[in-house]
Amino acid sequence: MRNFLTLESTTHAAQRFSAGAFRGISNWGAVVIEGLTTLGDIALFAYSMLRWLFTTAPRRGTLLPVFYQVGVLSLPVVALTGTFIGMVLAIQSFAQFHTIGLENKLGAVINMSLVRELGPVLAATMLAGRVGSAMAAVIGTMRVTEQIDALMAMGADPVHYLVVPRFLACIFLIPALTIMADFMGIVGGYFYSVIILNIDHAQYLRNSRDYVGGFDFFSGIFKSFFFGAIIAVVSCYRGFNCQAGAEGVGKAATAAFVLSFVLILGIDVVLNILLEAVYAMLWPRGAVLF
Amino acid sequence: MVSITNPSLNEAARPYDRTLIETQQLNLIYGTQQILRNINLVIPRGQTLAIIGESGCGKTMLLKSIVNLIKPTSGRILYDGRDILSLSNLEMTKLRRKFGFVFQNAALFDSMTIGENVAFPWVQQGLDLSRNTEKMVLERLAEVGLPESVIPKRPSQLSGGMRKRVGLARALILEPEVILYDEPTTGLDPIMSDVINELILRTRQKYPVTSIVVTHDMRTAKKVADRIIMLYPFPRLAPDEGQIIYDGPPSGLEYLEDKRVRQFVEGEAGERLMELRRWNDADLTPSHYPQDSLRQI
Repeated sequence: MRNFLTLESTTHAAQRFSAGAFRGISNWGAVVIEGLTTLGDIALFAYSMLRWLFTTAPRRGTLLPVFYQVGVLSLPVVALTGTFIGMVLAIQSFAQFHTIGLENKLGAVINMSLVRELGPVLAATMLAGRVGSAMAAVIGTMRVTEQIDALMAMGADPVHYLVVPRFLACIFLIPALTIMADFMGIVGGYFYSVIILNIDHAQYLRNSRDYVGGFDFFSGIFKSFFFGAIIAVVSCYRGFNCQAGAEGVGKAATAAFVLSFVLILGIDVVLNILLEAVYAMLWPRGAVLF
Repeated sequence: MVSITNPSLNEAARPYDRTLIETQQLNLIYGTQQILRNINLVIPRGQTLAIIGESGCGKTMLLKSIVNLIKPTSGRILYDGRDILSLSNLEMTKLRRKFGFVFQNAALFDSMTIGENVAFPWVQQGLDLSRNTEKMVLERLAEVGLPESVIPKRPSQLSGGMRKRVGLARALILEPEVILYDEPTTGLDPIMSDVINELILRTRQKYPVTSIVVTHDMRTAKKVADRIIMLYPFPRLAPDEGQIIYDGPPSGLEYLEDKRVRQFVEGEAGERLMELRRWNDADLTPSHYPQDSLRQI
């Protein structure tokens, strides 16, 4: 009898385990399908936007306010972020390089990191939060309050009217803001290294000039075009697909930032691989820091 | 469906020359839920049609389907004989110029002033000729009884009634052939509701428009409409029953035996109250609560 009970409980446990495993697989399947559907939707949304972009020019009246919002109003926060990034790089690098007596090379390390990676990525992250979330919230509110329906009812295509100007603002102004972040980062790094850490001014500048080349600047700016496009497309897409109510708008804004951030980092990996390959092809010897 | 055909009942009958809008076998599934089933509707030019029915029965969905703001799952929508569902985006955009849409909450653009809102369709059609636009905006605002001083204001600075009137002014600026009103009096006080009703009537007298008014306000429906149709929620229909359970003139509602229509017209809860009681009784049964939570209480 005891053996029978043990067998029965083992069978139940096995059934429960297999049911749980199936449920787990099914849940993962649902997540994968959902993810692929979203990516497909975003691709179609981007295609529709690109079609409008190349067929009908947006009105000046719709462009200027968006350019002002994205570019001018983001300037202070991007400049401040850039400055702090430069300073933090100086603090962190100095602690490491000082121990091996290479603190004079700080200019190369700080500026290289800034223009190639941290400037573009952190500026894009900051702008995904400031600009992307705002875009998703504005478009989401327009969706919820029937303003997008009103646009359509009055013969305006909402993708052309709302998305194209935001896309143009992001792909032109996010690179410009990245240049600003790079510049302020360079200033911040220089200030902290030379003024606070007393690193030789001439050595700092010489090392910066010798090791940071045009390709480094180019690669940072090149990537920022893609980051700008991602922020615009993802944020507008989330806004367009916003669920009803205040909660829906909040979720759209959060989802816009999270998805933009993940895609920025993902595309950053891909672009870095690509750019490194191009660099290796153009300059096979590569840059030698030490 | 109850259809009133007695001409003597149709006191507001107008000489309708031909069909302007027609829906054929219109079905709409939204998400997983069927909203509209086999809607067949013929709207002659010049008619004012009120679509009534309880919340969630698909009135607004039907209205939005007519201008293709929501794509029906199947069926046809003909405008002046053209199937609008087969039109390209560009053709549809052009066709929408013939429609004016007054949204439930006005749907004014927050980022624009009242003047810019009213002028929007005009500017959108490339008719922005500065002085002409300003004149048009002033004329339309005057028609809906709003002073010039509202022009520089933002929508958030206006009351609900004023916003609805701005919405009407915006819908009228291109002198459309059809005006669609979505719940024009919802959320307004009785006086403002009557002002809106009067504006709908006045618009119809001044312009040769065909109007479709979605409402659950019987006062509005009876006052402005030549013809009323009542939609019934799909989940409550019998399997073979049509979703339009009344189609006739406003006066025909008085003579109806159909309990569902009478209840709606007279504003009685009827068996809905019994359903509510049943749900309440069921929900309040202690056995429905998890025992742990009951213990905590």
